[in-house]
Formats: sequence, structure tokens, C-alpha cells
Amino acid sequence: MSVTKPLTGAQATAEAMRQINPDVVVAYPITPQTPVVEFFSEFVANGIVDTETIPVESEHSAMSATVGAAAAGARAMCATSSQGLALMWEVVAATPGLRLPIVMPVVNRALSAPINIHCDHSDSMGAATIGWMQIFSENAQEAYENMFLALKIAEHPDVLLPAMVLQDGFITSHGVENVKVLGDGIVKAFVGDRNPDRYLLDVKHPYTIGPLALPDYYFEIKRQQEEAMINAKRVYLEVGNELSRLTGNKYPYFEEYRTDGAEAVIVVLSSAAGTAKDVVDELRNEGKKVGLIKPILFRPFPYKEMREALVKFAVVGVLDRSMSFGSYDPLYADIRNSLFESERKPKLQSYVFGLGGRDIFKSEIRQVFNELLSGNLDSEHHKYIGLRG
Amino acid sequence: MATIQEIVSRETPLAPGHRMCAGCGISPIVNTVVAASDKPVIIANATSCLEVTTTIYPFSAWKIPWVHLTFENAAAVASGIETAYKSLKKRGKITDDVNILAFGGDGGTYDIGFQALSGALERGHKFMYVVYDNEGYMNTGNQRSGATPFGASTTTVPAGTHSFGKPQWRKNIVEIAAAHRIPFTAQAAVHNLLDLYNKAKKGFGADGPAFMAVLQPCTTNWHYDSELTIAYSRLASETNFWPLYEVENGKVHINYKPKERKPIEEFLKGQRRFKHLFKPENKHVIEEMQKMIDEEWERLLQLEAAQVRF
Ligand SMILES: Cc1ncc(C[n+]2csc(CCOP(=O)(O)OP(=O)(O)O)c2C)c(N)n1
Ligand code: SF4
Ligand SMILES: [Mg+2]
Repeated sequence: MSVTKPLTGAQATAEAMRQINPDVVVAYPITPQTPVVEFFSEFVANGIVDTETIPVESEHSAMSATVGAAAAGARAMCATSSQGLALMWEVVAATPGLRLPIVMPVVNRALSAPINIHCDHSDSMGAATIGWMQIFSENAQEAYENMFLALKIAEHPDVLLPAMVLQDGFITSHGVENVKVLGDGIVKAFVGDRNPDRYLLDVKHPYTIGPLALPDYYFEIKRQQEEAMINAKRVYLEVGNELSRLTGNKYPYFEEYRTDGAEAVIVVLSSAAGTAKDVVDELRNEGKKVGLIKPILFRPFPYKEMREALVKFAVVGVLDRSMSFGSYDPLYADIRNSLFESERKPKLQSYVFGLGGRDIFKSEIRQVFNELLSGNLDSEHHKYIGLRG
Repeated sequence: MATIQEIVSRETPLAPGHRMCAGCGISPIVNTVVAASDKPVIIANATSCLEVTTTIYPFSAWKIPWVHLTFENAAAVASGIETAYKSLKKRGKITDDVNILAFGGDGGTYDIGFQALSGALERGHKFMYVVYDNEGYMNTGNQRSGATPFGASTTTVPAGTHSFGKPQWRKNIVEIAAAHRIPFTAQAAVHNLLDLYNKAKKGFGADGPAFMAVLQPCTTNWHYDSELTIAYSRLASETNFWPLYEVENGKVHINYKPKERKPIEEFLKGQRRFKHLFKPENKHVIEEMQKMIDEEWERLLQLEAAQVRF
């Protein structure tokens, strides 16, 4: 049913896009996203897909053309990173209000200045509050499967919201892994066709999309958008169950790794979770009660489920790969928020690591666990991992 | 060839009841351009007067498919629609033929939307882009744009004791579009709807992108009596301030040559944005304007005579 191929994360994403065979793909280069659109363009050039592509002149136009195509009735995609996401931000922010189910792979990269092409999460975290679903991937396999998951949720009639599928720049996007690739026919049957009930090319039923809404209506429209986000949380699990039947993998809101009976737990997104799992294994072998939580669905954030998971632990360390200057770091803020309703709260510590692609080492994660277990914590201030001076 | 009676008797894409100012020149431009299409038209509209006055939720004046996304990307949105059209047609998901039309104001075209426009023209999408040119950011209250004429007073470059208004000549957007070597580019104006219609027909029929700049006097911010919109548009071409011409497959053709061009004062007088120019200390501004207009007209005549392709 599936074959195993050595693929980079970027290639795995392009492979998923090949199997989805969207009507329109819009391409613009930015490291480390570039190979996604390059691999896909190669499929087009060799007739492997019959998608129409638009090689635009900027990311602003990339998102604009994608929205134009989606409003016209197409299943349309583009992909980006960092400065590209920042440049298209205006249109990214406008998309959820139009209720267009666009799926956009985002390969996480640090934001300027200083300019830096390597991984951190400051690009997508800046866009975490504007109405896109965000699904994080630890590795190429997840980056591949999350494309199907995101597409089906986005296009669900109870949702109709855009989704970003995130993977770590270079670490995932350029690292080769063995990826289990589903059969083309299986994917085709799973994703089906996009069947919008209203679209511009349906000229017999003219419709206006993107009007001006004044104070008498804007608020209600935004409220509907939030309802859709709430629905997305439910639909995520439903679609995840369907996809499970094809891949054999599970699609929870977050992954709990060896948390049974754990005292100290680390919460961390994406590729660093892979490294942290290794450390958890080592420490468990040494008899230490440690575990890991890897959030996957970041928007909508599963506060209740996260709370129910976290209250079992004595101490939780949250590792953010970006900062939210002047406030609690983004992942930490959500974890902290999720505990408000709980009588019993674990002790919390916020950490920042890996900005601009700085590596995080197992020894550092081990030290974090030791610190968490030692109880020398300050929930109001973050600590830095791997920072000089 | 259609008569003006036939054109105006066609069903208009815009329903009555939109909120444009009385005497605004935009709606006849929209109605005439769309009337020139023999296929259903899909519109991508930039943020502008046209957009805000026609779609105040939950109402829409549009009887045809219409999308607005943001200010600077109507051309990029149109590229997406055009590509979706090609794709869905190829895949047998739709059967209707359509024409794709983008509308932007001059701010959304000459300035903030310039890159998206250039990109879409360069990529060769089959669509028509129409800028209705009221020579400034009117929806936001008469700010300067790259289309604002020399000497005009705007709220961001007002005339004052140390300023005669805009010190630069406007950008020549038609020649810039033509320099993309697209099959059809034209300059038209709202007073000559038959000319506009004929140009729009050529634009829709072009094998590739088409671009039109259409002069649209703005009663509110040029500030003149609302019944004078057509008169000002006509004066703009009778003074050679706004020549009517087209560039078809690279070759210039002038559609209207005044027998005797009127002095530019005829166009300037009565408009508040040019009122300060009639003070004695600004006499040189009008003289310079006249000189530039005459030189530009000479150059246009030479371009036409040479028949050298753009
Ligand atoms: C990115 C962005 N910048 C600024 C604005 C504010 N804005 C909206 S319409 C407009 C002026 C539009 O001028 P023009 O394109 O000439 O159209 P007109 O109003 O004259 O019809 C401006 C400045 C905006 N909506 N978006
Ligand atoms: S401000 Fe000018 S361009 Fe805008 S609707 Fe009024 S007359 Fe027309
Ligand atoms: Mg304008």
C-alpha cells in the first residue's frame, strides 16, 4: 500500500502536493522553502502532474494569486518561509475572512534582522493569531502526511479556513529520511476534488467575495470565523481518524511521549522534539521520571486537552524556538494559559532555544530535565538554552 | 460596430443604488468596458472608490462575479483567476468561457500595485487591466499619487506659500505597460464611450494581456460642479492633456487629434486642485505645464508617424 522513499522534508511536501495534484500552484523562491516549489515545478515540467503553475514576481503576489485561484474555484497552493511570509502577511491575514481553504506549507526560518536563513519559529508565530490553522511537523513523514490532514480539514464545510503546515527549515526540509509514501490512488481517493458551493467561475451564479463590511457587520463575520476555528478542532480528530486508516499513524492534538508516571515533562515543537525523545529514553533508562509533549495542532490550540495532560506532572518546561518580545514566549504563553482553570498546576519554566538555527544538543536537553527535577524554577522569566555569555 | 445607443441599452454589470458620488465618472467606465465583452466577465477589483462604493455588506451592486482582496494586488488576483480558469477548463470541471478583468484606481496601479501589474503583464496572462484614473487617492480624500498631474494640490502635497502643489510630472503608465510588449494598450477617457468601448473590445480580443488607462474626473476631489464630469474629460483631450490613443501590437495610433488644441487653462479653471495656479506667482507653473503638454504631444505624433514597435 505504501512504499518507502528517501526524501527530504521539502521533497516529501512536494510529493504530497504531487499526489494532491492541485489545480493551481503558485511558486516563488525563498530558502529553505525553495526546494518545495522546485521539486513541484519539475513534476509539472515533466508532465507528472497537470497542475497549472504561476511563477510570480513576489510572495505578496504569490498569496494574492493563490487567493484569486481559490476564489475562482480552484484547489490552489503556495509555499513560503520567513521574509516571504512577512511580505505576504497582508494577504495571509485577509484569507481566513474570505473563508478560502488554502493549504500553505511553511518551512520555518528566522525573521530579519539580522537576516538569517536558518530555522526558528519567529515567522509563523507572528502569524498565529490571524485565523489560519497551524499544524507542526516533527519530521519529513509528518510534513508529508500533515498536508493531507490539513487539506481535508480546511475544505470541510464546517471549517473552510486556510491552514499552514509547518516544518523546520534545513533540519527537516533538507535532511533526508525514509518516508513512507502512500499509493497515488489512495491519496486521490482521500483528498477527492474541491467542490466549493460558490466560486467566481460559476458565472451563472454570480457572487461577490471580499466586500467592505462596516461596524454593523464586520464583528459577526469575525465571530463566524472563530466558530469555524472551533469546528476545526473537532474536524481535526475526525479527519485524523480517517487518515489513520490509511497510514496506520495517529493524529492527536499533541503527542505524549513516555509521559506515564512522569514528574518532569518538556513541551517542544517540531524537529527538536525528536532530539528530546532521545534524551527522554536515556533518562528513563537511568530511572528518571521524564517525558515529552509535542504539540502538533497549534491553531486552534487544544487548551482543555493540554490542561488535562499537564496537570498530571509536577513540573513542565516549555521550549520555544522564537521569542515574543516583551511578553511570554508564544508556546509558553499557551501552555501557561491552558492551566488557568486548573486547581492543581505543575511548576512551569519557559526556555528559549535555537534562534537563527542554533543547534540544540542532547546534553542541553538533559540539563533542562535536571533543572526541572531540581525545582529551581521561575515561571515568570524565561531561561536561554545554548546562549553565549 | 455597435452604436452608443446599443451599448448603453445592454444590461449593466452595476445595479443602481451603489454609493458613488453624484456625477462620478467611474460607473460609465465600468458599464461600457464590461458591455464590450461577448463572454461573461469576472472582475478583480483593487481597494478603491469603485470597491468601497459597490459592496457595502450585506449589499452588492455587482450582477457579475466579483472579487476584492487588497489594495495593490488586483493584477495578481486576476492572474490567479485566469490560471484557475485554464486549469479547471483543461480538467473538464467548467465549461463556460469567460473574460477576466481587473479594475484598479491610479493609486492601486501606478503606485502600490505597480509590481503586481508588471509581473502579471510580463507573465502574459490573458486578462485586461483597466485603471480608472482620477489622478489621486480619492477614496481616502485626495492624496497625491504617481498619476497626479504637475501643479495639482493634494492633501499630502498641498499648495501653500512654499509649494505650488505637485512638482513632478505624472508617470506615463500607458507607455510603461506597452513596454511589456503586450498586444494591446490604450488610453481612453469617460467622455468618449464609443472609443472606450472599441478599445475594450480590442482588449478583450487580444491574445494576451491588455491594459487601459481611462481618465475619470472626480467631482468630489477635483471639486467642480457634478454635471461637468464629461465636460472636464472632454477638455482633457481637447487640450492634449490626456490624448486618446492606443498601442496595438506595439504600434501607436492616435484616436483623436484636436483641430486646434485648447490652452491648458481651459481644463484647469474651475477645478479646486488647480485654483492656486491662477495666482500671479504661479503663472510659470501653467506655462511649464503647457510646454510639457505640447512636447509630449509632439513626441506622441512622432511615435505614431514612426510606426516603430514598442
Ligand atoms: C496596503 C494599503 N495601504 C493603504 C490603504 C488605504 N487606501 C485604501 S484605498 C486608497 C486610495 C486608493 O486610491 P486609488 O487607487 O487611486 O483609487 P480611488 O480611491 O481614487 O478610486 C488608500 C490609500 C490600503 N487599503 N491598503
Ligand atoms: S470621490 Fe471621486 S472617484 Fe470617488 S466616488 Fe466620489 S467622485 Fe467618484
Ligand atoms: Mg484614484
